[in-house]
Amino acid sequence: MGVIQILYYIMSAFLIFLIAWQFAREKKNVTDMILYLVIAVPFVLRVLHVK
Amino acid sequence: MPRTWMTKGILLLVFGLVVGAAGAQLFAHRHLDVPIVAGPGVTRVAKLSDYHPGLRGTAGDTNVFFLESGVPGGTTLVIANTHPNEISAGLAGFLFVENAVVEQGTLIVIPTYNNSASRSTWQGDGYPLYFGIETAWGEKQFRMGGRGASQLDQWPDPDVFVHYPEKQLLSYIDARNTNRTWPGRPDGVLMEQVCYAAMQLIREEGVDVAVDLHGAETMFPVTNCIVAPERSVRVATMTSLTVKMKEGFANHVEPSPKNFHGLTHREIADHSDAYPFLLEAPIPFLDQPTGPKTVELLLNGKDDFLLSLAAQKRLFVPYDENGWPIENRVGQHCSVILELMKQFSKANPESTITVTGVPYYADVLSSGVGAFLHDPSEASPETVYYQ
Repeated sequence: MGVIQILYYIMSAFLIFLIAWQFAREKKNVTDMILYLVIAVPFVLRVLHVK
Repeated sequence: MPRTWMTKGILLLVFGLVVGAAGAQLFAHRHLDVPIVAGPGVTRVAKLSDYHPGLRGTAGDTNVFFLESGVPGGTTLVIANTHPNEISAGLAGFLFVENAVVEQGTLIVIPTYNNSASRSTWQGDGYPLYFGIETAWGEKQFRMGGRGASQLDQWPDPDVFVHYPEKQLLSYIDARNTNRTWPGRPDGVLMEQVCYAAMQLIREEGVDVAVDLHGAETMFPVTNCIVAPERSVRVATMTSLTVKMKEGFANHVEPSPKNFHGLTHREIADHSDAYPFLLEAPIPFLDQPTGPKTVELLLNGKDDFLLSLAAQKRLFVPYDENGWPIENRVGQHCSVILELMKQFSKANPESTITVTGVPYYADVLSSGVGAFLHDPSEASPETVYYQ
């Protein structure tokens, strides 16, 4: 795996961390909570080497 | 438990179920290995990375089957699954590996040329993940791949793909398309390395005839045809006329554009001595105005919207209520490849290539594709390889 590909996975993991952080901080707005989880799906699949 | 945390817990549970259910299917698809039985003509199996070690251990590496007669003659290379969503190509590749016997010269077959793309899908088009072919010993399952390599294996896509070495600007998506990255380079992106390895194979093995198998939409003018550069036009024309006369199906000749780079028929001609040919069989599944993208449509090619368009003369192939069944498409590929080798041999007797055992168009039409696929569970284990 090349350096750029490794960076790709690191970036994806970092974005998951940011999304998870926002999800944890959200206290009231359920719509936003759902939104955070939906946008996390492709990053999670990518880090897991699924798609 | 506070209400907020309960809500979050439920949402996380749903998230896990969605990711788990979808992810498991996609993971299984990417990791399904399809068995191929090396037929009586196969003398050895190499890897594409033997021609470019940089591919070793990557998703770009793939099996290369050699069928050598031991009798001096020419060499033909058949490349299938350049675009793994064009399934007639891959199936024809399987039929050659499992059935061909070479009596003079050498036949080389790469049944899954773009291995990475064969383990991915084409996002946004609702492709099925698998399709099955009926055989006497049960249904054989194949992966339904995508057109380009998976982003898991090659990333990032550039804003614009700059072709090497011509510097022609192509769509960003074509950086993952192994019919745009020829002739490739050893230090390029993964798909350029795949094409570089194939070019090395062509040069090192002295390939005379290189055939790249494809499928194309019925609404696309370059369909149901043989694409040939200047060098190959005579052999392609004779082949087109012969299959029309002897076997009764049309397959016209399209000239390879001189200034459109990255394609097999252009770059193999420009960077080697081989005679390249690109075969297109119609595949209604890839047309945009169709009903749902189902396995049935993929296999039988029947669609009411296309039928309506055919009545308005909007299609480039004959189309009726029988659709374009997979038997027609695979049989067409088999017959055209066999005829190309015959015509090349006639024009170049010192490089004769004689292949038997492969079904012709009429054979596939009457018996079905599955009749020519061999049962891996009945085959000797050392003859079973995984694609």
